[in-house]
Formats: sequence, structure tokens, C-alpha cells
Amino acid sequence: MEKEDLSEIMRQHPFLAGLSFEHMQTLIGCATNVRFADNATIIQEGQIANKFYLIRSGRIALQMDVPGKESLRIQTVGPGEILGWSWLISPYRWHFSAIAVLDTRAIALDGECLRNKCEKECSFGYEMLRRLSQVMERRLEATRLQLIDLYDLTTSGAKR
Amino acid sequence: MMRKSQALEANALDPMTTHPVMIRKIIWENDDTFTLTLDMSGFAGGFRFLPGQFNMVYVYGVGEAAVSISSDPARPGTLDHTIHRVGLVTTSLAQKKRGDMIGIRGPFGSSWSIDVARGKDICIASGGIGLAPLRPVIYSLLKKREDFGRIIVLYGGRSPLDLLYRVELEKWASDANVEVLVTVDRGDSSWKGHIGVVTSLFQYIKLDARETVAYVCGPEIMMKYTIDELDRRGVPQSQTYLSMERNMKCAVGFCGHCQFGPTFICKEGPVYPLPRVRHLLDRKEL
Repeated sequence: MEKEDLSEIMRQHPFLAGLSFEHMQTLIGCATNVRFADNATIIQEGQIANKFYLIRSGRIALQMDVPGKESLRIQTVGPGEILGWSWLISPYRWHFSAIAVLDTRAIALDGECLRNKCEKECSFGYEMLRRLSQVMERRLEATRLQLIDLYDLTTSGAKR
Repeated sequence: MMRKSQALEANALDPMTTHPVMIRKIIWENDDTFTLTLDMSGFAGGFRFLPGQFNMVYVYGVGEAAVSISSDPARPGTLDHTIHRVGLVTTSLAQKKRGDMIGIRGPFGSSWSIDVARGKDICIASGGIGLAPLRPVIYSLLKKREDFGRIIVLYGGRSPLDLLYRVELEKWASDANVEVLVTVDRGDSSWKGHIGVVTSLFQYIKLDARETVAYVCGPEIMMKYTIDELDRRGVPQSQTYLSMERNMKCAVGFCGHCQFGPTFICKEGPVYPLPRVRHLLDRKEL
């Protein structure tokens, strides 16, 4: 895919909305277009985290491997969302696995390439971190809600 | 539209008198939740109610529970109640069989304001058994599909096996020009749908906020976060409605069991315009 096409696709992704032209150019140098078939393993828990994905279409399930049991699916991410931030945080290893549950298209960004650019260019690094923090905050809030177990009526006030 | 007092009058019922009705069918929606279909042919012209209203369902010798009506208002010959087995009365109801008799009185309470949604988009956000009191609205909207803009149904459940009305959800999505997004808190490898809380579904829909009417029903904490999400997207509070739940006894505003701030849910609720109760949602132990 031509860099101009990639740039256009990336510009439309909500995670990059409003990103400056210069920062976009910095990102494009680390980007490739990827496609995952249904059931493909995208990320394996414990492996080196060297990628960051901007999802364009499809659906990906995040799951944790539980010894002696079936893997536990904890969240899905879809079009307009991102997958993976462990590339940014030492020790750069995935804390979960990710499986495509539908045919999925995404832009893959090379984690090491991105890290190097974040180190060299502080304003770019800040912009990436700022955007990732917003995603982390939303996901933390959602995780808290999941922990509450909203639908457990045995603990609600209305026992009839 | 028929008002709530008219609904009672239409059935010519004394609100304090329990009427015996026969269970025509029982469908188990999941391990703990079942839908009772009641034969209402004993009521002249069937049993009239408005979407969002509830009945007091009585198990003879055991007790009474408030249960939302979950069937189609346009089919008054039968009445559905979807019930979660959680306490003494609902556990007794779960043991009933086809042909058994139970008692009902009602219908009680306020209804979803469908007229205000005419010409507008409608966003229905529900969680768990909260889809039950919204199902009559969906039936009513679909009867006059051309009168409304987009109809979006967001529904969250604990797990795929806990979801209610799965066949109907699929039917609405495929046949009725309804955008249906379903999510579960916990999935397994066979589940290809969304996993995450119901509020996470908002990121997949684009709302024309000023032209959207929202109906919300589910656990209170879920409604609180859903309302925050609707606020963030600019849906006016005056166009948002929610259904509240509390233990009820008399259902006619005498006993005070269902007091919610300055209102009795059995009379003024269960369906409220958001501005009426917004300030009460953050209060502890109310």
C-alpha cells in the first residue's frame, strides 16, 4: 500500500483524530497495513510486545490464559479502537492474548520504532502518551464496572 | 395515547383486587430467568396496559411481587412477565407449571413516552433483565416503524447464556431495520460478539444527539453510567427516560415501600423523565 493511502486511512482513525501533519508523518514511518483471519492469534500473552494496532474493521477478543481452564475472554475491541500499549511500558511484554473473532483489518505500528521516535521527539511522545492515557482511563472505568458484576440481582435491593 | 389511569379503567379493575389467571406457557430464558405467559382471555377485550407498566403478581399463600409486563400491548389476550428467580415469591413462581393459577392486579405505574419520540431517533439502552420492560416499547415502535427515525437497541448481559430474548434480538436486527448491539461482561470462545460493559457499545454508534430520545433500564449503576454516556454525547436530559425499581407492596402509593426521594415509584414511576430523578441517582442508600 502506498504511503499516501496509508496516511489517508490513518487520518480517519479516531485515535489519531486531530494529529498534526508532522506527527502523522512520524507515525507513518512505523506503520503497515495488516489483516487477520477469524480465529487468528494476534498477540500471545508473555511474548515481547512489539506492535500497536489501530483497528479498522472486525473484532478482536482479549483473553487471559488460566491454567487448567479455558482462556477467559475479558474484552473485545473493534473498529475505531486500538489494541496494545505494552510496547510503551517496560518490560514490553504482553499481559494478555488477542484473538481475531471476526476477519479483522488494522494498521500495525512497530513498537520499537515508535518508542525510539517517542524518545527522540518529546512532543510526539507526549501526544502518544496523552492519547493512550485517555484510552487507558476509559478501559479502567469499564473494567471497574465489569468487576462490580452489574447483573447480580442477588445483591440488589429488590429481592422478591 | 392511553394514560395510566385509563389503562386501569380500560380493564375495569379494582387496583386492590387480585384476579386469578392461568399460566399458559413458561419459557426459561436462562438458568435463573423465565417468562410466564398468562391467559388473559377472561378479561373482556383482553388486558390493556402501556409499555413500561407493571403488575403485582401473586402466588397464593406465598406473597406478591411487582413484575414488569414484557409482552406486546397490541396483543391483550396474553400477558408476558419475565421474572428473575431471586426471592421467595419469584422462586415459588419458578416452580409453577402450565395450567397453574396465579393472581395479578394492575397494571400500575407510568409508561415510556412514545409520542415524544415520533420523528426522532430512539436509543434503547438496557442491561440484564432491564430489557423486559423495554420489550413492549420495541413492539410498539415496530408497529409504526415509519413514524420513527433510527431505532438502536443496546443490550448488555453478564454472559452469553444470560441474555434474554436472543431469537427476537436477532429477528429485530435482521427483519425490522433496528440496529441491535449486544455485549456481555464475560464471554467464552464460542461467543463472537462484543465483550465489555454496555456503555462501551456507544462508541460503535453515532447519535444525532439533539434528535435522539433515550430509554434506559437496567441495574441502577448501569443506568447511572449510561446516562453519563448519553450526557457526554449531548442527548438532552429532557429526552432521556429511565425505569426505576424498588420493593413494592401496595402499588397504589399508600404503603411507602417504594419511596424514592419525594416520589413513590409505584405511582409516579417506574418510568421517569431523567430531570425528575437525576439528582437522586447519586444519593447513597436512597
